[in-house]
Amino acid sequence: MFSSPEPAGFLPLDQLHALVARLMQLGYQCLGPAVENDAIVMRELDAPDGLPRGLQAEQAPGRYRLTTDPQHRYFAWANGPQAIKPQAFAPQESLWRVERDAAGMLQFEAVVPNAPAQAIIGVRACDLAALALQDAHFLREGRRDPHYAKRREQLFLVAVQCAEPGATCFCASTGDGPTPTAGYDLALAELPDGFVAVSGSAKGAAVLSALNLSAANAQQVDAVRQQGQAAAAAQTRSLPGRTLRDALMSRLEHPRWDEVASRCLACGNCTAVCPTCFCHAEIDGPALDGEASRHERIWDSCFGESHGHLHGFNVRPDIRSRYRQWLTHKLATWHDQFGRSGCVGCGRCIAWCPVGIDLTEEVAALTGSGVSHE
Amino acid sequence: MNTPKADPIKPRVAVHKFSSCDGCQLAFLNLGEDLLTLAGRVELVHFAEAGPLDPDTDVDVAFVEGSVSTAEDLERIQHIRQHSGLLIAIGACATSGGIQGLRNGVFGENWVTQIYSHPEAIASLERSTPISSHVKVDFELWGCPVSGPQMLAVVNSLLLGVTPRDNADKVCTECKRRGYPCIMVTRGIACMGPVTRAGCGALCPSLGRDCYGCYGPAENANTGALAVQFRSQGLSPEAVVQRFQSINSQAPVFLAAADRIRIKSHD
Repeated sequence: MFSSPEPAGFLPLDQLHALVARLMQLGYQCLGPAVENDAIVMRELDAPDGLPRGLQAEQAPGRYRLTTDPQHRYFAWANGPQAIKPQAFAPQESLWRVERDAAGMLQFEAVVPNAPAQAIIGVRACDLAALALQDAHFLREGRRDPHYAKRREQLFLVAVQCAEPGATCFCASTGDGPTPTAGYDLALAELPDGFVAVSGSAKGAAVLSALNLSAANAQQVDAVRQQGQAAAAAQTRSLPGRTLRDALMSRLEHPRWDEVASRCLACGNCTAVCPTCFCHAEIDGPALDGEASRHERIWDSCFGESHGHLHGFNVRPDIRSRYRQWLTHKLATWHDQFGRSGCVGCGRCIAWCPVGIDLTEEVAALTGSGVSHE
Repeated sequence: MNTPKADPIKPRVAVHKFSSCDGCQLAFLNLGEDLLTLAGRVELVHFAEAGPLDPDTDVDVAFVEGSVSTAEDLERIQHIRQHSGLLIAIGACATSGGIQGLRNGVFGENWVTQIYSHPEAIASLERSTPISSHVKVDFELWGCPVSGPQMLAVVNSLLLGVTPRDNADKVCTECKRRGYPCIMVTRGIACMGPVTRAGCGALCPSLGRDCYGCYGPAENANTGALAVQFRSQGLSPEAVVQRFQSINSQAPVFLAAADRIRIKSHD
């Protein structure tokens, strides 16, 4: 099922709390789905049996509404407004601080993040694929980001198979879901009476073996495979290919860029919810007494003015050039940087765009492929 | 014998009030302990709300709250400009004309007589205008009111001799960094965040309500696209106009947005 050499175990529905309890026992702060501000977000569970059931959300371009899963499942929701990104790449953090000492000399000091050991329960395949891309960026050989690395190594990832993709999902088309295949410590697939569970790391295997699960039978493993296939088939959106580099780079003057720019707010929400976007700005926060300062990194976006600011001019003064930058980096030049597209098909940029701009529709219009949705 | 350490010359600072509610001066006062720290690094020579009064003196930095709304304001702003090294406009009134700018274009004698029992006591200009309409402004801090941290950051930058950071990004950037799910998307609420300048820390969305644009237009604000979305969310053309005609009604970008909708709905 999850392309793991480990044999699959079966965790009965009424034993899910045992998994959470074990993770808590190991000292992990456990994050699970919770409803906050009308959306399903990851929040700390206060008890092993604290995972909610029946959460679901209906998603469409520019639209997200909470609903209820009639089957009362634990993980029947597709994905929430954020992936794992904020857990590893903090939206705002201090990188270093400087202080004037008694002799008037400046003393610089690195700020080491205080990252708690966190277990995230309910991670999706698309988000794991995205995390692998963030790793490729932040943990690149010789350019390892210590802040990201510290947070990242504290994560224990419990993935779940997506059984109910959202209408905005297209991970099957990018090859990143809906069944997790790599990057997790544990992966679960929810069936009516329990979870087929596999481990994907040594620490995952240790947790699994402590639970003393019986092996999943062939029928259960087969049900999971079918569930994954059905979830892939249920997806209504897609990209016309996985390598769109040349198709997009040869259309840099396409009139569609002007058309989409007339609808785009350049608010940057797509980049903030995108699980692979990693752009940031660095700002200084001097203390009021003039004796110290903190150097901070904050999430930035190629849709903002300062992001395109070079000495004396702005390379992306208008919305057209910003949207084009985002889309062509994500789907085209990302290949040159990371050997694959930067899109994992999570669909968040579609759902969380306040005016509902649909990336798959824009790509179809730009490439003339007509492959879109519905 | 110890030579006493020479105190560096402290910059002289004034805070002036024009037509306004004093809320931006309060943003200064509400800094509490931080204001005391700050007072140790600058010489506050004029700040009526806090005590010192010396409106005519020469200063290095003048903060100006309020809009130009009376004949007296017209003269006073020229005087202040001549006596100030740097002039910084703070708040919606000083940067766009403020809420009182709603009278621009509709002001009439009969309004005054209808509202006030002693109309002869009212000496307002026909229009309420931002400081930059009258004198050179070195930096603008938008907001109704401006936030304390914003003010501190500006003063701090000036003390360090660097240009203050001008963050003209949208409120959405602050919303997302704080992890608030978009209320336009989750509840279909007509939020001005996507066209409004950051600086408030996404205060209204943090409480589940819509941004009403009190920080004025962000850079590259696509008001046309947002208006289309507001209409599809069920707002009437009049309601969309009102979204843009509020605290910063006279900010050119919001004024133009409202005019376009009015023209379109009369077509």
